[in-house]
Amino acid sequence: MSAEEPDFDVIVVGAGPAGAVTAYLLARQGHSVVLIERGEAPGAKNLSGGVLYGRVLDEVFPGFADTAPVERRITRHVTTFLTADSSVSIDYAGKPLAEPVNAVTVLRAKFDPWLAERAEEAGVFLMPGVRVDELLTEPGPDGVRQVVGVKAGDDELRARVVVAADGVNSYLARSIGLRPKPPEHHLAVGVKAVVHLPRQVIEDRFAVSGDEGAAHAIVGDCTLGIGGGGFLYTNAESLSLGVVLRLDDLIKKGRTAIEVFEHYTSHPVLAPYLRDGEILEYGSHLVAEGGLEMVGEVVSGGFVVVGEAAGLTINSGLTVRGMDLAIGSAVAAAKGVGEALAAGDTTATGLAAYRRHLDESFVMADLRTYGRAPAFLERDRMYGAYGELAAGIFHDVFSLDGTPRKHLAAVARGALKRSRVSVRDLISDGWAGVRAL
Amino acid sequence: MGGGAGPVRTTTVPERLAANRFVLDEEESHIEIDQELARSTGTAERIIAVCPAGVYSMQDGRVVADYAACLECGTCLAVAAPGALTWHYPRGGFGVSFREG
Ligand SMILES: Cc1cc2nc3c(=O)[nH]c(=O)nc-3n(C[C@H](O)[C@H](O)[C@H](O)COP(=O)(O)OP(=O)(O)OC[C@H]3O[C@@H](n4cnc5c(N)ncnc54)[C@H](O)[C@@H]3O)c2cc1C
Ligand code: SF4
Repeated sequence: MSAEEPDFDVIVVGAGPAGAVTAYLLARQGHSVVLIERGEAPGAKNLSGGVLYGRVLDEVFPGFADTAPVERRITRHVTTFLTADSSVSIDYAGKPLAEPVNAVTVLRAKFDPWLAERAEEAGVFLMPGVRVDELLTEPGPDGVRQVVGVKAGDDELRARVVVAADGVNSYLARSIGLRPKPPEHHLAVGVKAVVHLPRQVIEDRFAVSGDEGAAHAIVGDCTLGIGGGGFLYTNAESLSLGVVLRLDDLIKKGRTAIEVFEHYTSHPVLAPYLRDGEILEYGSHLVAEGGLEMVGEVVSGGFVVVGEAAGLTINSGLTVRGMDLAIGSAVAAAKGVGEALAAGDTTATGLAAYRRHLDESFVMADLRTYGRAPAFLERDRMYGAYGELAAGIFHDVFSLDGTPRKHLAAVARGALKRSRVSVRDLISDGWAGVRAL
Repeated sequence: MGGGAGPVRTTTVPERLAANRFVLDEEESHIEIDQELARSTGTAERIIAVCPAGVYSMQDGRVVADYAACLECGTCLAVAAPGALTWHYPRGGFGVSFREG
């Protein structure tokens, strides 16, 4: 223990889903917890595509979808391969997706404050508008330097454990050398607009009704062939519209993020959905793309790292998952930190309990399942040639130009011959894809 | 607005940013550029290319940063060569303040 008495049992830095849920659960165990957030309110700095896979949150807050500010329950998943002038979509609609709630859309500036309020209700002391500048460290009981608190401006706060829930950039974990700066191919920039449309217009255009919603994932020409993809999700009275672009590929292809975003949002295939929409907000945010490879160290003396600060995201190519993994890591951290506090050992050895709970949770299980996805998605063909191939097949099926009709297999072979994809590529990508996704 | 095109096609970055709420820190910029290093390491071109808010531009051979427009994604720092760019979050409560997210 440090020379000075700590001000709190736990300091949590960052009021995103990882931080708010960790703080909530530790306060419920009876610990004194402060939750520090640099935004003027929780959520003010946060942005995501917005599809929250709700199962784990429902375990923390049963029935949350009925009381939290969620936008729509996703009952329709549409996957679209785009070329410059055509598109091929797979539309999966089903009531089973909605019940029990599988996925809902959220807008973070509205949703994160709700989570933080639940934490406050449980006794967490929320400090918004405060940026943590550094970690305080001192030699611990085991002689190893240990985190004992945080510094914000001239103020110092001390605690037995500091939880870094500070998101993808995680300057805190980097500042003590626990985690390295991620390489560019493990990061993508998300560029997003929220576009207002009347409720009824959204329901008509996306073929949903009531509180149902649609999630469109778009790959191919929307990113000008850059690794990543586009999304178009329905909120109650707005659309979340954006692209996610892998940084190494954006730079390699010599494009600007702005030009790709504008190319995407003015794509003729999207126009019928967006017509007459009014932009309410424009934002950007990084997203971790390294998958399992990016997880690395999450514990040191007096210190644990949760959520995207720990690299916990899964990009399957068509969906980005980060919020549910953030919440899953929060559950594991609350268990592990709780055990360490109860045992009076908050050194790296005591806090290793967090890592064990994390390893046993669905978070790491899913990251292992998708372990090969990042490398698979770095294959260039994913973002251009396959859209052309799919469009070529459907063009041949549906354009009745007077030539005799062929069976689909023959059509596909013809389209494959014309496309830039070789049979060898197709087999290699198909096999790698099945194993990765 | 109307017609088939939709307004999204026609917006510029400043128009899109104008919809946002910003709490401008009049006293300090959170971005500093080492002109020499930015030029010699290629950081200048990279940060201009990746920034979704158009914060960086070349003016009279120097990279300038319009820090008030920053969306705080951290992308510029992620692609900058060590030392070429000093970028940190704005002071608590300042900067972009999303109302949607
Ligand atoms: C474009 C895009 C689309 C996405 N789509 C989805 C999706 O559809 N579904 C999904 O599940 N995930 C999605 N994600 C990922 C998801 O948004 C993140 O994984 C998730 O928000 C991580 O939660 P977190 O609590 O770990 O971090 P964050 O939500 O980033 O929270 C970190 C918090 O820490 C605060 N903070 C940081 N530094 C400090 C400091 N020094 N002092 C005080 N406070 C600080 C920040 O202000 C912030 O509130 C997407 C991400 C992007 C960028
Ligand atoms: S943080 Fe993002 S928005 Fe701000 S200057 Fe850097 S790249 Fe541009």
